[in-house]
Amino acid sequence: MLANNIEQVVQLSNVSKHYGTLKALSGISLSLMPGEVLGLFGHNGAGKSTLMKLILGVISPSSGDILTLGHNPRSMGSHHYRQQFGYLPENVSFYEHLTGREVLVYFAKLKGHTTQEAERLLDEVGLKDAAARAVKTYSKGMRQRLGLAQALLGNPKLLILDEPTVGLDPVATHDFYNTVDGLKSQGCAVILCSHVLPGVEKHIDRAMIMGGGKLLALGELEGLRRESQLPVEIKIHGITVNDLPESILKLCCVEDIKITQKNHEHTLWVNVDDKMTVLRALTAQPSLRDIEIKEASLQALYSHYTQVGLRQIHGESSIKELNHG
Amino acid sequence: MDKIWVVALKEFKDGFRNRWMMAITLMFAMCSLGLAYFGSAASGILGFSSLSSTMVSLSSLAVILIPLIALMIAYHAFVGEYEQGTMLLLQTYPLSKVQLILGKFLGQGTILAISSLLGFGVAACAIAYSSELPVTEVLIAFSWFILSATLLGWVFIAIAYTISLSVSEKSRAAGLALVIWFFFVLVFDVSLLALLIGTKGDVSSDLMTILLMFNPTDVFRLINYQIIQTGELSGVLQVMQDSSISLPSLFLVLIAWVILPLGLSGLLFQRREG
Repeated sequence: MLANNIEQVVQLSNVSKHYGTLKALSGISLSLMPGEVLGLFGHNGAGKSTLMKLILGVISPSSGDILTLGHNPRSMGSHHYRQQFGYLPENVSFYEHLTGREVLVYFAKLKGHTTQEAERLLDEVGLKDAAARAVKTYSKGMRQRLGLAQALLGNPKLLILDEPTVGLDPVATHDFYNTVDGLKSQGCAVILCSHVLPGVEKHIDRAMIMGGGKLLALGELEGLRRESQLPVEIKIHGITVNDLPESILKLCCVEDIKITQKNHEHTLWVNVDDKMTVLRALTAQPSLRDIEIKEASLQALYSHYTQVGLRQIHGESSIKELNHG
Repeated sequence: MDKIWVVALKEFKDGFRNRWMMAITLMFAMCSLGLAYFGSAASGILGFSSLSSTMVSLSSLAVILIPLIALMIAYHAFVGEYEQGTMLLLQTYPLSKVQLILGKFLGQGTILAISSLLGFGVAACAIAYSSELPVTEVLIAFSWFILSATLLGWVFIAIAYTISLSVSEKSRAAGLALVIWFFFVLVFDVSLLALLIGTKGDVSSDLMTILLMFNPTDVFRLINYQIIQTGELSGVLQVMQDSSISLPSLFLVLIAWVILPLGLSGLLFQRREG
């Protein structure tokens, strides 16, 4: 059993979920602190939804322990704590014949909140003017905002959002991330599940990458960059290949630096560990006009870990096949 | 308990908004008025003839119509929410599955109750006003009819919930609902008749009585024939002529027919994961 650590919002220890022979999730451990935003990434069928359902207590794990807000989310007593959950499922469509206001008031009442709280959120997500219209007249973006309003009812302590920005225009997306940042500062733990990787980077504290029901990577982006050894991209202006100091080539292995030329601009890919050494040598060059540094993006990290993970999974299965043969 | 009310109010609004309630009320009113005035057309009389013949034809029609309507408004109650994703959401809410079932039942049950009260009530008033019969006699007959019709509707709402919770697609639920309707409205009685004919009537009337209790639509008809106190029992119900069950027991059987499928729905819902 897990020690009940009041501090942690979510605690998972070696959690697995099997449906017959299908291993939807195997051996996941995770802990989430108040005010922490976790980005959860993975392709379809990676186990993201299963993980979210387990944390919310919709399904029970095949093995392992889960504590959500310090309680087993499947226990009878968890009902009281569910008031502090906020959840936006993917592909939810609300009651078409009711108005936006009626839908939100319904969910607010079920969560034990007041009608005023529903009104506050209608205003916050910008649906006040459309609140008296039936949901069937709503655009995709408006439906998504209604879903968000529902998740944000009563300032939750744990917010789990599955594809929250799908269908939102750039302004609404910006407003949404502002809301998330606001809740985070109030101590709300957030799990953001997304396929849309650009934009989410700035708002997450840690990234969790999943594949085939397994945890492929978990950590701060900086740590993952270091661990993955993905090269840093450095663009230099004003120096040509011939001008490049010997010291750079000397300091780094040949594989660590790739040079391409395009319009008097050079791009170097440098190993993370050699980044500062190379930068110092470059800035010592008087002819250097400009320099741009790009760390490995979340997209690059995601592809890297997914590919490594797939290779491992396929590797294992081919070994199994050999054993069977 | 307040959560049950919240769900019930939402279901009621939903049914009101998508015009189910209005449609059912109108259908009931037109059927009962029509039967009252044209019901005796076959015997060459136009206009209201007798209360008992009106009630007999009204209950024969209600026994077919009400189960169908109840199944239609309720078959997607759960499978529909699973399909649109709101069930997943509701399961993360501080709301128990029992509260959700009872709330939905209360909301949809009220829609059906109000529809029968208004629809058949209008006909009752019209008959009481236009015929020479004592007003109380008409109103009492219709009150019993409305009560039993509502109960019959509730039975089939409860059955629809069981269907809704035992399948994973809305279209399957619709198909299954039709099969169940066909079974209780037609197949069941025809099978009993076949049994009677096959045994040349050598079936004890007690056994037949017990068998009839397994069909809520037959229980509904027995209630109404007892209330009207007519000798015009038709079909399989003729076996009931010499053995009789008291009216309260028949009502109890119908109430049991509400509680059992509702309980079964609860079990299915609890066992369902995700």
